[in-house]
Amino acid sequence: MSASTEQEHRVADVRASEAVDTRPALPPASPAVASDGAHADPGMRGIHTLSMAKAITAGLREALRADEKVLLMGEDIGPLGGVFRVTEGLQAEFGDKRVLDTPLAESGIVGTAIGLAMRGYRPVVEIQFDGFIFPAFDQITTQLSRQTVRHDGTISMPVVIRVPYGGHIGSIEHHQESPEAYFAHTPGLRVVSPSSPHDAYWMIQEAIASNDPVLFFEPKSRYWPKGPVDQDHSGMPLHASRVIRPGTDVTVVGHGAMVSTLLQAADIAAGEGTSLEVVDLRSLSPIDYGPLLDSVQRTGRLVVAQEAYGFVSIGSEIAATVAERAFYSLEAPVLRVSSFDTPFPPAALETEYLPSPDRVLEAVDRALAY
Amino acid sequence: MYRAHKNGTRRSGYRGTVAARERDFTAPTVQLLTPSGELRPTPEAEEYLPLIEALPDSMLEQFHRDMAISRRLDLACANLQRQGQLALWVPSHGQEAAQVGSAHAARAQDHIFPSYREHVVGMIRGLDPVAILSLLRGATLGGWNPAENGNFHLYTLVLASQTLHATGYAMGIQFDGQVGTGDPDVDTAVLVYYGDGSTSQGDASEALVFASSYETPQVFFVQNNQWAISVPVSRQSRSPLSLRGGGFGMPGVRIDGNDVLISYAVTRQSLEEARGGEGPSLIEALTYRMGAHTTADDPTKYRTDAEVEYWAQRDPITRYRTWLESRGASASFFDEVEIEAADVAADVRRRALDVPAPSRDRIFAHVYSEPHPLMAEESAWLEAFETGFEGGAA
Repeated sequence: MSASTEQEHRVADVRASEAVDTRPALPPASPAVASDGAHADPGMRGIHTLSMAKAITAGLREALRADEKVLLMGEDIGPLGGVFRVTEGLQAEFGDKRVLDTPLAESGIVGTAIGLAMRGYRPVVEIQFDGFIFPAFDQITTQLSRQTVRHDGTISMPVVIRVPYGGHIGSIEHHQESPEAYFAHTPGLRVVSPSSPHDAYWMIQEAIASNDPVLFFEPKSRYWPKGPVDQDHSGMPLHASRVIRPGTDVTVVGHGAMVSTLLQAADIAAGEGTSLEVVDLRSLSPIDYGPLLDSVQRTGRLVVAQEAYGFVSIGSEIAATVAERAFYSLEAPVLRVSSFDTPFPPAALETEYLPSPDRVLEAVDRALAY
Repeated sequence: MYRAHKNGTRRSGYRGTVAARERDFTAPTVQLLTPSGELRPTPEAEEYLPLIEALPDSMLEQFHRDMAISRRLDLACANLQRQGQLALWVPSHGQEAAQVGSAHAARAQDHIFPSYREHVVGMIRGLDPVAILSLLRGATLGGWNPAENGNFHLYTLVLASQTLHATGYAMGIQFDGQVGTGDPDVDTAVLVYYGDGSTSQGDASEALVFASSYETPQVFFVQNNQWAISVPVSRQSRSPLSLRGGGFGMPGVRIDGNDVLISYAVTRQSLEEARGGEGPSLIEALTYRMGAHTTADDPTKYRTDAEVEYWAQRDPITRYRTWLESRGASASFFDEVEIEAADVAADVRRRALDVPAPSRDRIFAHVYSEPHPLMAEESAWLEAFETGFEGGAA
């Protein structure tokens, strides 16, 4: 690819992602679990401090209020409020015809959600844990993703599938996984993952408003830390990525809970005299390359970090695309930081398994050594 | 097998072995028309007689007309495939009564979720069969808009997936309050078709769970044509498939699927109950796929001539014609239907050959409902790439 083509791509990407970030600054990442007693006031406006879990609750409430065709479906989401309490209080407020405790069958949930969408509803499905999405994999990849194209655009599939995902919670097998790449690989689906309460509040509403199916990956280790949520202004579109912390030496990019890890790494690096620019991907399909390429063209170095397996991953895709589009800007190969290509190990080993700030910084050091 | 206590005595009341439990499950086959064409209801079919007696002659004739057209079209389309004009044809020869009877039981506002063999059901709902051929010709992934074709939804090739879509749709009908109002133009039901092979899919069971749980206005219509490609139904189920209804909490009935009258009557009754708010039910229609699974199949490898002959003796069209004749239908009626069927087949064949190949922009069209950067980028690239060749072509 010539440099001029690369430049054209960059300009196009920047245009595609034009968005002003009016979002309040994130508080420093904190491993402490905040107390979680306060319910978001459904009618409140302005800036409030919420956990991500409660921010999503508030976003779901807004969506349920805004459109009577919005339905919530899932296991234990009614009186219990979901195993993470994200739907707490919603069945009491909207009734069991809007917030459905379903039979315990993921394929059944997604398959009936497709039928409901054909009928004009906008189902929002909760998958209880990342590792339990696979019974629904067929319905998601062979059915949900293709209804619009098979119907020649005469119907749309406004179905949102919420998936609590990722590690750092010390849980048992199938409860800490990061399966997002399977879905990003599937045409017809959109895949997003918020990293903060503010984004979670807005992105869930934008996902529900989308007429395409959206896989909404919620980083469950970030459910409880609180952060500011501006309930008046979203700040940016659903599929935009953003520079979340400016820097000059190395660009680091990630999504979901990894963004907190990257911010911690940036703090440590700053103390050592290295300036990291942190990009929050936010959308995994499509990927908004504009801010990322712009950043790489300034720093010349990129580290991609993710909790998922590295082999054939979102990180692989970003590495390939940045190499294609910013080849002449790169001072070092794009480096990937991932978990390992093994099943998620027993939780006692998760700190060695999951990328840590130190693992990110090791890659930063390698990038700088070129 | 038992083990004596240490002191040599048996546990109180323990008799050692228990009697083998019953492992043979049966269900009566409900039938109005015998294979020889006599209207002689089985005991379970008696209650359905009034539904048949209420049918005007024109409808009884329509049953025959639709079955005859279906069979003739089946032959024409198999030939089209042999001539390289279709990637595949999915024969329905032998299953006409199950399909025609059930399809006529639905009301205009009902929704039909087919599998991929229900061509005549689509035609009864107003679908041009050329739309089906455009799918099998490789010109489209869908072929029609259900909303403009009698609520006949798209074929679904991943077996039993559509059972869940149908159930979700029926849940929506119920949430919309279009069940049990008593208004025959408002109350709506869903009729979903699948086969004996599909019943083994998890989705088929999950659909029954959801339908029963939410009491959906829905009828599950299983065409048991005895074979899932090369595997007999005995490998799918050791008990009558109709018993699956009761296992999931809904009525299940096994009918003679080669009897168009019982197919109509039981489906009609089941749909009425569904629309009335009485919940879902399941029908197993015993029938036989006289031809291959698809044109890619060779049934002589797995089934006997004797079996095929047995079912040929139970042919749905022959039986029904005999009955119509016994009621006084004229020879000219059957002759006219044959001519009409030949005309339909010839017309469909002619128009199928004219189905245009899709333009390459169809690759990207409607993959998403909303703009997507990869679609824009890749379609522009392909257009430029292909146009480059066209410009330089000799």
